[in-house]
Amino acid sequence: MNRTFWTLATLASHWRRNPVQIIALLLGLALATALWSGVQAINAEARASYAKAMGLLGGPEVEVLRPAVGTSMPQSVFIDLRREGHLVSPSVEGGIIVNQRRLRILGIEPISLPTAAAPEGLEAAGEADGVPPFLRPPWEALAGPDTLARLAGNEELPPRRADTSLPEGLLVMDIGIAQQVLGMEERISRLMMTAGTGLPAEVLNRYGLERVAATERDVSTGLTDSFHLNLTAFGFLSFLVGLLIVRACVGLALEQRLATFRTLRACGISARRLTIAVLIEVLALSLLAGLAGLVLGYMIAAALLPDVASSLRGLYGVSVSGTLRFAPEWVLSGFVMSTGGALLAAGSALWRVYHLSPLAAARPDAWRGAQAQQIRRGLWAAAACVAVGGLLYLFGDSLEASFIIIGCVLLAAALALPALIAAMLTLLGRAARSAMSEWMVADMRQQLPGLSLALVALLLALAANTGVGTMVGGFRETFLDWLDRRLAAEAYVRGTDEAQARAIDAWAAQQPEVREILPGRMTDTVFAGQPIEVRSVVDAPTYREGWPVLATTTGAWDAIFAGGGTMISEQLSYRVGLRLGDTVDLGTGALPILGIYADYGNPRGQVMLSLPQIEKDFPDARRMGTGLRLAPEEVGPLLTRLTATFDIPPDNVIDQAALKELSRGIFERTFAVTAALNVLTLLVASIALFTALLTLFDRRVAQLAPVWALGIPRRRLAALELGKTLTMAALTAVVAVPVGLLLAWLLVAVVNVKAFGWRLPLIPYPDQWLTLGLLSIAVAAAAAMLPSWRLSRVAPAQLLKVFANAR
Amino acid sequence: MRASLLTLWLLLAPAMAAAQGFAGLGIDADDYQKPVSDRVLSFPADHGPHPGYRIEWWYLTANLEGADGKSYGVQFTLFRQAGAPPPEREGWANQQFWLGHVALTTADRHFYDERLARGGVGQAGAVAEPFAAWVDDWRIAAVGDGPATALGFGDLRLKANADGFGYDLRLTTDAPPVLQGAGGYSVKSDRGQASYYYSQPYFRVEGTTEIEGQTIEVSGRAWMDREWSSQPLAEDQSGWDWFSLHLGPSTKMMLFRLRQDDGGHFFSGNWIEGTVSTTIPGDDIRLEILEETELPGRRVPISWRVSVPSRGVDVEVHPLNPRAWNGTQIGYWEGPVTGTGTHDAIGYLEMTGY
Repeated sequence: MNRTFWTLATLASHWRRNPVQIIALLLGLALATALWSGVQAINAEARASYAKAMGLLGGPEVEVLRPAVGTSMPQSVFIDLRREGHLVSPSVEGGIIVNQRRLRILGIEPISLPTAAAPEGLEAAGEADGVPPFLRPPWEALAGPDTLARLAGNEELPPRRADTSLPEGLLVMDIGIAQQVLGMEERISRLMMTAGTGLPAEVLNRYGLERVAATERDVSTGLTDSFHLNLTAFGFLSFLVGLLIVRACVGLALEQRLATFRTLRACGISARRLTIAVLIEVLALSLLAGLAGLVLGYMIAAALLPDVASSLRGLYGVSVSGTLRFAPEWVLSGFVMSTGGALLAAGSALWRVYHLSPLAAARPDAWRGAQAQQIRRGLWAAAACVAVGGLLYLFGDSLEASFIIIGCVLLAAALALPALIAAMLTLLGRAARSAMSEWMVADMRQQLPGLSLALVALLLALAANTGVGTMVGGFRETFLDWLDRRLAAEAYVRGTDEAQARAIDAWAAQQPEVREILPGRMTDTVFAGQPIEVRSVVDAPTYREGWPVLATTTGAWDAIFAGGGTMISEQLSYRVGLRLGDTVDLGTGALPILGIYADYGNPRGQVMLSLPQIEKDFPDARRMGTGLRLAPEEVGPLLTRLTATFDIPPDNVIDQAALKELSRGIFERTFAVTAALNVLTLLVASIALFTALLTLFDRRVAQLAPVWALGIPRRRLAALELGKTLTMAALTAVVAVPVGLLLAWLLVAVVNVKAFGWRLPLIPYPDQWLTLGLLSIAVAAAAAMLPSWRLSRVAPAQLLKVFANAR
Repeated sequence: MRASLLTLWLLLAPAMAAAQGFAGLGIDADDYQKPVSDRVLSFPADHGPHPGYRIEWWYLTANLEGADGKSYGVQFTLFRQAGAPPPEREGWANQQFWLGHVALTTADRHFYDERLARGGVGQAGAVAEPFAAWVDDWRIAAVGDGPATALGFGDLRLKANADGFGYDLRLTTDAPPVLQGAGGYSVKSDRGQASYYYSQPYFRVEGTTEIEGQTIEVSGRAWMDREWSSQPLAEDQSGWDWFSLHLGPSTKMMLFRLRQDDGGHFFSGNWIEGTVSTTIPGDDIRLEILEETELPGRRVPISWRVSVPSRGVDVEVHPLNPRAWNGTQIGYWEGPVTGTGTHDAIGYLEMTGY
């Protein structure tokens, strides 16, 4: 028989004797892989959905045209363009409210539709005997599975057919029936054509059309990217924690088998063969765990995706389908992470196996002698990490550098943790009053090296939780506040053209309940080599008092309305390096920057001018919806009167309060996802702790036997053991909170700025820390329960043996 | 969705239809109107669409000579296909689908393109007076708003532009349309399948063609066919070979055979002398294949011996370009031909179901 086989069999006998250890190893690695691949799967699915959503609105292969003024145009524009030979396809878009929820309606003309813009279900909807049901009564519509379920039993809308490629909350139907559903007969919203065949500028002008820039249609920018970055960071952190588990398990397993290794070497197994055998073992275990992790990851993703989907819909209008599809990218990344991680974790152990002398004494505990030295070395390494991170913070300028800084901080915290806990134990020791408590502190310090890896895992989990929790919390408060300020008006109304818009403004001015009328214009231009938006502002309390200004000078608003200044968005200020007092020249004269305001989620920079000024300098600027300020309870009646007075499509009238309420509700679900990931990370850490405690159990007996011999009952000893574990977990939590805060600060103030161009305020949440501290103690308690219980049941004979055996 | 996909649903839908040339024709007529032998066609009213019938076409072919001395063939076809029987629905709900085919043939090039559109909104359609039939910017229509001449077809402009080619032609004639079959009732099988069918074979043509940006002055003659029905083909008929030949200034001949699965083909035709059109009995028509050509995926007969003994016609017909295959969703051969023998003939050959 093959020698390698027998070597492997001998190695495997260790796992047979210690089944809990191998289960913990596999579970730890599997969970870590699961978190990583689950997050990857969610991200992959979201990206695929963005691409599809973009395709529906017109992907990169499709050029999209919209009216330069208003939101819709007469259908005759489509007919006239076709009859001039321009191969455009019309669409009509809008929203209706069904069961208190907004449903987006997209009407397409499938025959002229560019192939790249077609939903998948359309092709499948063909029937063998003639006209597809999409194109004949009763005008079958397409919807994603979630939307289908939501609309079940609805008899007013056309019958529905499932199309898994469609985002949630969207109903795609033939343009003719969509016009009826939306009350937009003979009107269309957009025109699409295959990219590259574009219309000449003369034609665009003649029909009052403008191109919709690809960046404007890209729904995956801004806030959604930020969201995915958070998820990825989460996945990565939990994987780090998982690696520590693997490192702990593999390291301990090798440590405990040193005697076996020596015997095998003495039996004539070469160092090379032995190393290969261990390598095979590690690889086999990691593959097994990786596979289990992928399955688990898929389950996590499938469970969380509906929430993620609705979060993203809330953040940017549309997008992700709530069902998960199998994508090779995250499967591969999951396997790479699990095997790569296991090898990395086992690397130093393998090196030691390779260099093991067959004559070396089998002294598994020898390394503990070097404890003090190890702690000191850890401190030095931590200091080095802090130095690297500090230098990068001072001189690094890229997103990558920001991530490396985060890595440095976490690594430094991990390396310094044993030293920090040791220091805290020393302090505790000084406070110790009784012999028993002195012994406890001393024993904890003695236990520290064996538990340090598990404690590091706990530290990272807690720090990640604190960091991400703080960031998400700040994100929520800031974003919701910003939403309130930016969408301050209770109602928004868009005229179908300039004349109607003016008429509506005039009409609104005569309505007694309307407090403020906020008309607006916007245009696109290029500044400092990048496309930016120029938007208007009018002199009203809503802007003067409510605009989300981050930094401003006194008298800024008066100066702006007098035409003597401007405000710019935070993104523009970071990107171009502009500050208060600098000037902006859009080709119409330099204006001093008097304020910087938050504009979260906008991929483009923005400059704000007063309305008269924008009308003077940019006569082509398009109309935005006019905001109306009035008491919330007056909104409904006013809008009813408005639609009775003007021939205006329902989608041009927005009751902002209802919409805001909806998005706030959806936004809250984002945090449900974060909470779920928090729990999972802590679970991984708790398994790490459990593994470490369990593997230490045998050795603990040797240390506890003398205390038992002094008359402390086993039950009491077990309780003390539990107490010590909880104390160390609590100490770890004490270290974790500042590390987490630092992490949060790095995420909101460094990574966010580099990645998206805006900064979120850091808001501390002490109640969150308390919860986490309690949680970490609960985790430690759960992990220490079984070892303590075993201790309380250990046979006195076994304790006595400690004295009999000369160790 | 690609237009092609819909074309497939509409026109290739019945399983056997692929073999039937212009498909949809084999379906039961059901609630559609059916041609009857004693209806009198009236112009210009019948130039317009007949939505109560399942299928209809405006079919123009032209044999042209360029200022560069080369021969050109031009095809413009507008098909109307009903997706549902009457009543006619309004706007986007309209059940009519319109399919345009354009082609331009020279001795060594053959260009073709197709467009599909829905009726009801104006993107495609046809009107009787003043005459117009169009899909997008492909359009044949009466010139000016003056009173119609030659029963509505006196002065037309045909214009189409597609990828790499186009044409802009003026079609004029003094002659009234000519009825095919028996008074416009054209029998398509021994079992009663029939269509309404009339032609205008006397168009004089002046204008330009354009190939890859190069414009050429052209002139010549054109032939327009108008046909509508609800079920012109019998179930065992798999396609047709159809000839339109100018045999002299006022002598034209249209003939076709509908191929049947059992080999017993159905022959028919009309002899046109001035304004007088006479049915040519099927047993008086001989079609003999002289040469076939290999096209991707199929063999197509491209040279024929055409004889009508009672009329003293015996000509060998050869194509200007043997590769005049319209690779549209439903492919067919359509191209200019010339004939030699008892007559010097020029015209068009159409072969479907290959």
